[in-house]
Amino acid sequence: MNRPMNRRTAVALTALTLAASVQAQGTEKLKVGLMLPFSGTYTALGVAIENGFKLFVQEQGGKLAGREIEYVKVDDESDPAKATENVNKLIRRDKVDVIVGTVHSGVAMAMARAAKESNTLLIVPNAGADAVTGAMCATNIFRSSFSNWQSSYGMGTVAAKQEKKKTAMTITWKYAAGEEMTTAFKEGFEKDGGKILKHLTVPFPNVEFQALLTEIAAAKPDAVFAFFAGGGAVKFVKDYAAAGLNKSIPLYGSGFLTDGTLDAQGDAAQGILTTLHYADDLSLPKDKAFRTAYARNYKLQPDVYAVQGYDAGQILKVGLDAVKGDVSKKAEFAAAVQKSTFDSPRGGFTMSRAHNPVQDVYLRKVVGKENQKIGVASKSLTDPARGCKL
Amino acid sequence: MDLATFLVQCLNAVQYGLLLFLLASGLTLIFGIMGVINLAHGSFYMLGAYLAFALSPLFGNHFLSMLLTGMVLAAVFGYALEWLFFSYLYQRDHLQQVLMTYGLILVFEELRSMLVGNDVHGVPIPAWLSGSFSLGGIMQYPWYRLFASAACIVLAVALYVVVNRTRLGMMIRAGASNRDMVRGLGIDIRRLYRVVFAAGVALAALAGMIAAPMASVYPNMGASVLIICFVVVVIGGIGSITGALVASLLVGFVDTFGKVFFADLAGLGIYVLMAMVLIWRPEGLMGRRA
Amino acid sequence: MNTTTLSVQTTPAARHRWGATAWLPLLVLVALALAGFLLQGYPADLVVKIMVLAIFALSLQLLVGMTGLVSLGHAAYFGVGAYVAVLASGEAGGNLFVLLALSMGAAALYALAVGALSLRTRGVYFIMVTLAFAQMAYFIFHDTSLGGGSDGIYLNVRPAAGPLDMENRSVVYYVVLAALAFTYGLLALIQRSRFGAALAGIRVNEQRMRAAGFSTYGYKLAAFVIAGALAGLAGFLVAARDGFVNPEMLSWHISGEVLLMVILGGMGHLRGAVLGAVAFTLLKEVLATQAFVGPLANHWQLTLGLAIILFVALLPKGLIGLAQRRKEKQ
Repeated sequence: MNRPMNRRTAVALTALTLAASVQAQGTEKLKVGLMLPFSGTYTALGVAIENGFKLFVQEQGGKLAGREIEYVKVDDESDPAKATENVNKLIRRDKVDVIVGTVHSGVAMAMARAAKESNTLLIVPNAGADAVTGAMCATNIFRSSFSNWQSSYGMGTVAAKQEKKKTAMTITWKYAAGEEMTTAFKEGFEKDGGKILKHLTVPFPNVEFQALLTEIAAAKPDAVFAFFAGGGAVKFVKDYAAAGLNKSIPLYGSGFLTDGTLDAQGDAAQGILTTLHYADDLSLPKDKAFRTAYARNYKLQPDVYAVQGYDAGQILKVGLDAVKGDVSKKAEFAAAVQKSTFDSPRGGFTMSRAHNPVQDVYLRKVVGKENQKIGVASKSLTDPARGCKL
Repeated sequence: MDLATFLVQCLNAVQYGLLLFLLASGLTLIFGIMGVINLAHGSFYMLGAYLAFALSPLFGNHFLSMLLTGMVLAAVFGYALEWLFFSYLYQRDHLQQVLMTYGLILVFEELRSMLVGNDVHGVPIPAWLSGSFSLGGIMQYPWYRLFASAACIVLAVALYVVVNRTRLGMMIRAGASNRDMVRGLGIDIRRLYRVVFAAGVALAALAGMIAAPMASVYPNMGASVLIICFVVVVIGGIGSITGALVASLLVGFVDTFGKVFFADLAGLGIYVLMAMVLIWRPEGLMGRRA
Repeated sequence: MNTTTLSVQTTPAARHRWGATAWLPLLVLVALALAGFLLQGYPADLVVKIMVLAIFALSLQLLVGMTGLVSLGHAAYFGVGAYVAVLASGEAGGNLFVLLALSMGAAALYALAVGALSLRTRGVYFIMVTLAFAQMAYFIFHDTSLGGGSDGIYLNVRPAAGPLDMENRSVVYYVVLAALAFTYGLLALIQRSRFGAALAGIRVNEQRMRAAGFSTYGYKLAAFVIAGALAGLAGFLVAARDGFVNPEMLSWHISGEVLLMVILGGMGHLRGAVLGAVAFTLLKEVLATQAFVGPLANHWQLTLGLAIILFVALLPKGLIGLAQRRKEKQ
């Protein structure tokens, strides 16, 4: 076109551009990248987290801080070797605003590093590695679940003080989560006068426990603390009972020993005490409402993973509301989250300065097919965030 | 470690070894007779475990009948699989077999996920095998584990008898040493291979079914036993069932006592064993010299 | 009992020559160098990832395609290289060249130890022994305090040497490209040398080579060590790129995948290794992206498994073999 633009057109064009940019700012879609296990052993956990998160967003009408949520999914395959590539897909290819993930701690560590480098918001809805809100902590990294330390420390103090056990042995797989859990149990146990006889380990993911069960039977400690999850947890509890040890040496565990596995464990699990930040029969109104809504939506019973996914949504909402949808304002986002109390199906929790939940850790007992809450092992427990410089 | 504990640990080692043998015997049969490396063998173990999970409510206490039915079903599946897939692998080199069966593992895992889901399941021990007896006052030993060991021994003997004392066994051994001659003698080698493969699958599935009440039934369960199984077959010598038995027991002992004495390095144990055996006897303990 | 025979195109007598075949790799090199200026963000990441995998696959090609040694434990040297890069970097990061030398050296050393012992075995036993040694390395990094445990360890500061700072993505791109060019060039040189001819002879008929007076054990060991060092180079680059290493980098799945790349591309040809790395990476991307395969993306294991089976069954000589067949038809 040869003629210069006349004034009317120019004004109209400017108005349109302004209007468009205002639109873009406030109501452009918010991209949430879900990096979770959608194949392999942890698939059920990944699905539960996704379901919980989406349920929360659905309850908010599909929008957070006025922005519609758009999801991008990446299957992390629970493989730490591919974790950096996978998370970079979300950050650099899909350009997500927030990353939610994951279950496996090794993968989560890689995600935390990448999120820290690119200053992308990361909310971890499960991985309990202490370092995520410890040495790797950052303004833009949050966790809606627990730290390994938190979930086992209380069991140690309960075993020593309440159950009056003097000696104990721990048994777990030889990997980071197992070490963090058993170290935390030892810390709690020895703080209240107990003594750990031996830390037993099984190479991961070996499930042949007979040799070590024989060791336990020969050493006769007052109690045994075990951390296993999934198929390993089922086998261990069954083998423990089959060896007759459940009648002579009480078995304690982090909640994952009996979470989602009671159907398969059956009678062998009866009476086991565990600690976790959730239980199957909390009589809290929020929990009841959550469980009903979840069951109605997905035709499944929710578990602790679904709750963590749901609460990841809560954290995102609180932060987004405070920054009016502008995810670049990391400091304000973090400040708002740190000030809030979250009404979670697990009970109320706040956030520590390292961005890990400060929460009640319940003492549960296996009765029938449920983990029943019989008390509180640690009230408002804060993870010590060792190595965190926030 | 006192004598009583030591003896119990030996019992543990033998029991684990015998179960490994059941699994490894199928693999060494397929490997030795047909020369096919089958990475998907762990998937057959998983198949057995899921079969046990599916059949258990139907059979209740009739555990032996369930095992038999499961074996038959697995054998039929194996027969069909050989016909449709594995028969094409014989002419190919080992590398191609490794990769194609690796692809098969992925296919089986995903099919399992789509058909049966990803939950962890348990299989109840039949009433007449439940309970335990006291083992020298140290701990209780479940009757079921004793049954498992006994079943493995029975299978081992049966295998030996079939391979060394029957006509079928003769054909198998002949086919292993000289395929063409056997065909020249009028024996349908293809049918023979199909039968052997079906037997291998049935053995692996049986191992899975026997292990299911003790272990649990969960995704990826095949992967963890697969490598151990290969280690056993290689240590024992490919194609040798006696070798597989000796190697399984060796691995059982190394695994058991490794966990007790070398906690940190227990994972390395069986690989160190394999490396040492192969350096001393490069064709395995009882393998034929190439 | 069948020994492990590998179907490869070239006859033992024909030595590779320079000339007509050299222009294609050079063209690709120039194209990649130019692309480094144009590509940003995720596409650049993808190219870097493929280039690193190509180095890894090339290192295995030396063993499998050129010498006829099928190793199912190649990830071990990859992992050792990566871990040494992280372990030897201090709080403030390390010198790029020093760390590179240490990584490749450590990988070569482990390859020397493993090769010296494994090369006493043959065929399937060799495959299994290499796997066993890889598993040993895996467990050392996974279970002992040497490696920092199953969650892996991360680099505080990436390696640098003056203006070459790996914190800069462009620098990473060109360093990786240079490493790829070096690896390809080195292997091309080897292929055309007497050493390479000896390796080819060993691949086709080892007994005949021994009868001709060659000490085949020495040649095989040399190939094994060089292959290990180059795999360590790939590992170093991954550590420097990601800033994070994990014991899963030594898992047998990784060993299996790199073997897949070599066979997918075509054994015995250097271009095959590169092509295989490209094809396999793109295949996995496509199968896992909903934009291409819709709901099947969730079941990528099924589609990938079927794809692998079909590829290996229908294209035993790989993609290079496909290209050659079409050339023959003309």
